[in-house]
Amino acid sequence: MKMSTKKLQWLMFGWFFLFPFLPVPGYWITIGNYIGLYSIVALGLVLLTGIGGLTSFGQAAFVGLGAYTTAYLSTALGWSPWVGLGAGLLVSGLAAALIGSVTVRLSGHFLPLATIAWGLSLYYLFGTIEFLGKYDGLSGIPALSLFGIDLSSPRVMYGVIWFCLGGCLMLVLNLLNSRPGRAIRALAKGKTMPEAMGIHTAQYKILIFVLAALMASLSGWLYAHLQRSVSATPFGLHMGIEYLFMAVVGGVGHVWGAILGAVVMTGLKSQLQDWLPLLLGSNGNFEIVVFGVMIVLLLLWSRDGLWPWVAGVWAKFHPPEPEVVAPAIAPEGYSDLPRRTRPQAGALILEVNEARKQFGGLVAVKDMAFEIRAGEVVGLIGPNGAGKSTMFNLVTGVLPATSGEIRFCGERIDQLDSRHIVRMGIGRSFQHVHLIPHLSVLENVAMGAHLRGRSSPLAAALRLDRHEEARLLFLAAEQIRRVGLEEHMHTPAGSLALGQQRILEIARALCTDPTLLLLDEPAAGLRLKEKEALADLIRQLKGEGMSVLLVEHDMDFVMGLTDRLVVMEFGSKIAEGLPAEIQNNEAVLAAYLGGVE
Amino acid sequence: MDFGIFAVLAQDGVTNGAVYALLAMALVLVFSVTRIIFLPQGEFIGFGALTVAALQSSQFPKLIWLLIGIGVLTFLVELGSALRQRRYKPLPRRLLMWSVIENLIYPQFIWLLAHSLDWQGMPMAVQILFTLAITVPLGIMIYRVAFQPMAEASVLVLLIVSVGVHFAMLGMGLFIFGPEGSTTHAFTEWSTALGEMPVSGQSVVVMAVAGSLIGLLYLFFDRTLYGKALRATAVNRKGAQLVGIGTSQAGRMAFGLAAGLGTLAGTLIAPLNTVGYDTGFVVALKGFVAAIVGGLASYPLAAAGALLVGLLESYSSYWASAYKEVIVFTLIIPVLAWRSLTSGHGDEE
Repeated sequence: MKMSTKKLQWLMFGWFFLFPFLPVPGYWITIGNYIGLYSIVALGLVLLTGIGGLTSFGQAAFVGLGAYTTAYLSTALGWSPWVGLGAGLLVSGLAAALIGSVTVRLSGHFLPLATIAWGLSLYYLFGTIEFLGKYDGLSGIPALSLFGIDLSSPRVMYGVIWFCLGGCLMLVLNLLNSRPGRAIRALAKGKTMPEAMGIHTAQYKILIFVLAALMASLSGWLYAHLQRSVSATPFGLHMGIEYLFMAVVGGVGHVWGAILGAVVMTGLKSQLQDWLPLLLGSNGNFEIVVFGVMIVLLLLWSRDGLWPWVAGVWAKFHPPEPEVVAPAIAPEGYSDLPRRTRPQAGALILEVNEARKQFGGLVAVKDMAFEIRAGEVVGLIGPNGAGKSTMFNLVTGVLPATSGEIRFCGERIDQLDSRHIVRMGIGRSFQHVHLIPHLSVLENVAMGAHLRGRSSPLAAALRLDRHEEARLLFLAAEQIRRVGLEEHMHTPAGSLALGQQRILEIARALCTDPTLLLLDEPAAGLRLKEKEALADLIRQLKGEGMSVLLVEHDMDFVMGLTDRLVVMEFGSKIAEGLPAEIQNNEAVLAAYLGGVE
Repeated sequence: MDFGIFAVLAQDGVTNGAVYALLAMALVLVFSVTRIIFLPQGEFIGFGALTVAALQSSQFPKLIWLLIGIGVLTFLVELGSALRQRRYKPLPRRLLMWSVIENLIYPQFIWLLAHSLDWQGMPMAVQILFTLAITVPLGIMIYRVAFQPMAEASVLVLLIVSVGVHFAMLGMGLFIFGPEGSTTHAFTEWSTALGEMPVSGQSVVVMAVAGSLIGLLYLFFDRTLYGKALRATAVNRKGAQLVGIGTSQAGRMAFGLAAGLGTLAGTLIAPLNTVGYDTGFVVALKGFVAAIVGGLASYPLAAAGALLVGLLESYSSYWASAYKEVIVFTLIIPVLAWRSLTSGHGDEE
């Protein structure tokens, strides 16, 4: 029997639904309820931390917001718990949006610290506010009921909780396997690459922050109606830390790791609470000692948690199949994808006019001027430290120019950021490849197609984006075929050779439908065969009418390939002309080989 | 509010601020050298204060048991890593001998010392020094056991390890010291008045100690080669290694200093506040707020942040005492908003 890993995962999940129908003791059901509640929060953390690269210790506070909102509305005001659910989601979502917009732009370690601080501050707030019952909390919360059916028994609540978890799981999996999902995955790689693909990184960071908060809030709502009372303690910082532990233990980069982590940690905790006092006496809090030591040992052993290990064992029996597959033939509407009109061959497309970049007293690019015409392959060369990369960063919008102007197709781009520049038709590759190593070549290339689609995260989570998704994946697959990587379509990008990874980046850039392609030292570190393959690809693209700007210091590579060369030294242009002329230019020879004394 | 109350609150705020400043310094130090966000700092506050209190009431300072235990563990870890490398290089005998002295003999020596002398009658300064002789090696051993094997890991992984260590130490703290807190004797009964404002000797001692330590740290990092080497480690670990800076030693040193500063902070607050095994965490977090104001990088800014936190706490305990903690910890949001607006884009690859 052949069973895909995916099926196995859902089968495992289905087993949890059978669980309450078995004659198990009530205590097990209680544990199962908590595992479900914790899994929902941990799932949000996987999305936020493992996939998006943002860490939060404060999820317990969002759980608290959800729980207290419904508790207050259903006890003091007597409103229906279902109103409480909506209100709780609204409150948590708004709080997360506010906190997120303040902190997501900061570099990595500020966010976790900030979450510690506001986690504490909300905890103290729950404990001090009069109408939330101070540290005693609120009690007498009604049980859930749906269409007159009472949902108060723990076994029924088990079903409700795991139904919610299953729903969240499906939405998250759908979301991750889509255009917005790829944008979220790109976030973990810093800002430069996603922005160069046209991804608004700040917006997506706030999005996952809000999503994680919403899931936490949902868990809080379920908790309040399961327990029928709330108090501040379970929403404190220690619980926030435990949620993160669960995600990390299970495997913070993997959606299923959230559930595994919640199962392991909750099971272990309840066992430790039973056994440790018997072994060591009851005058210490040994379970947190064991917890702490365990997490240190686990991270020493495997920094990625337990899930990759489980998946690895499973993969030995059932080799995984590619999860994301492009349609074999052009899907409906593919030919309607908007395409840029190509400028006429020979038309002026890039114009660099007296561009200058200063870092303090250092003039990295000094009044550079050159131009590129449609259909040309131009090489920007120069010895190390000549300012080529800075020039490249000015054109691609990674750095703003200090003075001078850069025009692309007549419009000024020297003050635009890279997200807007890629929109205008400048695609780029990176000198140090920026790929998501564990994703397939296809998924990596499809990141370049971000601007070619417009489906929203909500549509993606509900699978309303499948037509567009098929078009985007087909587009990506076409580009992979165009550059000759079709054999490796489903290989993880991280396992390709460096030369192939560079070519992958070109395919990704081609997905943006560029008029001008900028390649940053594409030949650096490549072997001879790889260089030849790359040169062939660039010739082929030129044959298709693409304009290319190559930044290189490898003279041999650019000589046979380019129409024209621009030579830089110490930030200024020292020569420009046909490759053959440049080869004999004395200034260039002096720059490369040292001057004649 | 008349001037008298205003002045008393200010004095209170500055005194607490000075303690937070010490903690913020230690946090900035550890983070900038090792990229570790040192959450267990709080435990050193509690452990330090409780050990001084134990010495003053002529009880045996049980923290030494922890020192002996972790010492054995550290020795085993070092022995293990030496044995694993045996294939490539000869057994580092000298290093192992030092390890025996540092991790096995030294804790026993401290144990003997604790038993053989009458600590109750000693001056408080000596008691504090003896406490430091326990906590500083403890900090170093913790670095050696938990953090050094994964010094190259990401900030997030290190942070989670840090939480793990915090949990383990907190649990051990409850076991060692029990749930009750203690206070220590006052540093001095002396007090004076500045115009209308009464000035307590306690405040003066706290401010003087904190101020001079901050000054020393500043001099150390800005004026000495070793201090600069530590900072270089923070900027680029590999680069520092290549130019011959021992990054492991730098990490141990940072942890030793941080443990010492945490202990001092604990002993500074203990005469006025009841300190339990778990008091330190929240106090240390206020140090964090201060350190974040300084961007986890700047010592003078962190000190300024600490004063701000101290004053804010002191005045809010007058105006809205129930919301004191809420106000202090919410401070971080406008601070981060301001940093986020001024810093432009923070990108880490």
